[in-house]
Amino acid sequence: MGKIKLKSEKSSRRPIADKIFKIGATVAGVYVLVMVVLLVFQLFSESYPIWEEEGLSFISGTDWNAVEGRESFGALPYILGTLVTAALAMIIGVPLSIGIAMFISDAPAKIGGPLGFIVELLAAVPSVIYGLWGLFVFRIYFKDWIETPLHDVFGDSIWLFSGTPFGLDIITASVILAIMIIPTVSAVSREVMKAVPQQQKEAAYMLGATKWEMFKLAVFPYSKTGLIGASILGLGRAVGETMAVTMLIGNATGIAAIPSSFFKPSQTMSSIIANEFVEASPASLHLPALIGVALVLLLIAIAINIVAHLLVTRMLKVKEGAINN
Amino acid sequence: MSTTNERRQEYRALFKQNVEKRLVVDKIVRIIVFACVIIAIIPLGSILVEVFKNGIAAISYEFLTATPGAIGSGEGGIGPAIQGTLIIIGLSSLIGVPIGVMSGIYLSEYGDNKLARTIRFFNDVFMEFPSIVLGIFAFLVIVLILGHFSVWAGAFALSLIMFPIVARTTEESLKMVPITYREAGTALGLKKWVITFRIVVSAAKNGMITGILLSVSRIGGETAPLIMTILGSSQFFSSMDVPMDALPLRIWRLSLLPYDSAQLQGWGSALVLIFIILGINLTVRYFFANKKRKNGLFGQLIKKGGKTKN
Repeated sequence: MGKIKLKSEKSSRRPIADKIFKIGATVAGVYVLVMVVLLVFQLFSESYPIWEEEGLSFISGTDWNAVEGRESFGALPYILGTLVTAALAMIIGVPLSIGIAMFISDAPAKIGGPLGFIVELLAAVPSVIYGLWGLFVFRIYFKDWIETPLHDVFGDSIWLFSGTPFGLDIITASVILAIMIIPTVSAVSREVMKAVPQQQKEAAYMLGATKWEMFKLAVFPYSKTGLIGASILGLGRAVGETMAVTMLIGNATGIAAIPSSFFKPSQTMSSIIANEFVEASPASLHLPALIGVALVLLLIAIAINIVAHLLVTRMLKVKEGAINN
Repeated sequence: MSTTNERRQEYRALFKQNVEKRLVVDKIVRIIVFACVIIAIIPLGSILVEVFKNGIAAISYEFLTATPGAIGSGEGGIGPAIQGTLIIIGLSSLIGVPIGVMSGIYLSEYGDNKLARTIRFFNDVFMEFPSIVLGIFAFLVIVLILGHFSVWAGAFALSLIMFPIVARTTEESLKMVPITYREAGTALGLKKWVITFRIVVSAAKNGMITGILLSVSRIGGETAPLIMTILGSSQFFSSMDVPMDALPLRIWRLSLLPYDSAQLQGWGSALVLIFIILGINLTVRYFFANKKRKNGLFGQLIKKGGKTKN
């Protein structure tokens, strides 16, 4: 929104109350920048002992032992656990979300509106309730109908399906994560698809394209950047998700947590923090180690989100340009 | 070049075959896309049904008001958790809403420069920060310094989740207010802050309330940041400086217990929590969506403007 420029506003006769108001609003705006800086600084300075002690082997190490005298902290298993569960969630969740976005962006408003609303309600369900449902309902069905048959067919011969299907493992956590990222990815994908100029779609139809071919010819090439951005946004959400994953991933520690099979328990960065934070004593290295994990998690999340936002805003800017021309 | 009749027939057959194939592919894609929607709705339906089915048995007056009984006894209730959730939502709003609203005002009314673009960008990125990291931040700057778990730390952590949402929705709603409103205010010789609060904010009230309530429903279900700030407790609220309980924390604790009675109480707590959160969410979205469908926020404003003219 353009602002009203009057001579009086520029002059020094502007009322003092307005100056205070502007300063107040600016301070509130800058608050977010201060918080970002303070957050990174605090996490770094409080986790400094662990970087000093372990150096880079904090990131590459696989041993995790908080017992006094035998302390050793390596976060690699949890970093891998986070990346693997998030990647699996993407593989399951993104195609579903794009399908939903296709349906809703193309359906008449009477159907598309309510359906989009229902899918977005998935985002309103608290994470801990996903965890509860996953633990007592979903896990049972998933174990009986999907994990056990897969294990029976492929058995231990394929490493992906080795281990005992118990329901508290990487694949269960990933499926729950996939459900949790659907609302984000599908809502952004829908916006991005809606940004495709109507003329392009009509042009495709005029060439005699079917609906699918229209999407292939007009929508996907145009909205590719935005769709990738939407998926990465989902990735960011999956990386930071805590409670549902903590309740379903089985919580292995140390080298046992390195993901090697769908049916093995693992641990993510956020779940190890949730599990151990309260017990960690500030006097030992345990607390700095957990804060170090949080710092790594935050940096990964920031990187993912910056990329996603750049891609999505670029796409939506292209749209504005197209309309203005 | 002339084509024989046979050739023509051949081409026609090929064309028909080709079109049929394309139509079949199209149909398959339609079915797949529709299936995606169904697959996404099933978990939501299942969660709602299970929470209601399993939770309703636990609900009683005692369950809603009493303190938790001995572990595994199945007695007692979640009174402190409900109280704690309401307290923490109230306190977080007290911190988060003013900052969010002022920040939104800055972005909308003064947000035409490089600083504002930076703020807007980091605001969006901040919204996606893992909530557990924000919890640790609150732990470091409040709990560690005070030396004990504190309700303020929890409220601070949740306010960090809240304010970017409020800021962005406030900005969006303020931007929808026609510039002529501001011009009218300026023409009357009003001060900028009077124009902003008395005219612009009151015109954009609906959108702002929507954003605030949606952020409330978001923080009401947050668990991770509460683990390291208010910790959880089985007593009613007594002071700001001791651990406090909250519904999501209680659900988490109950789900870890191996007793059927604890599981039942977990479902009961989930029912209460989902009732509060989906209640807020649905109410807000219903009212907002309705207005949007009728004539949009913009139309509402115009209509209101028309009324004052008469």
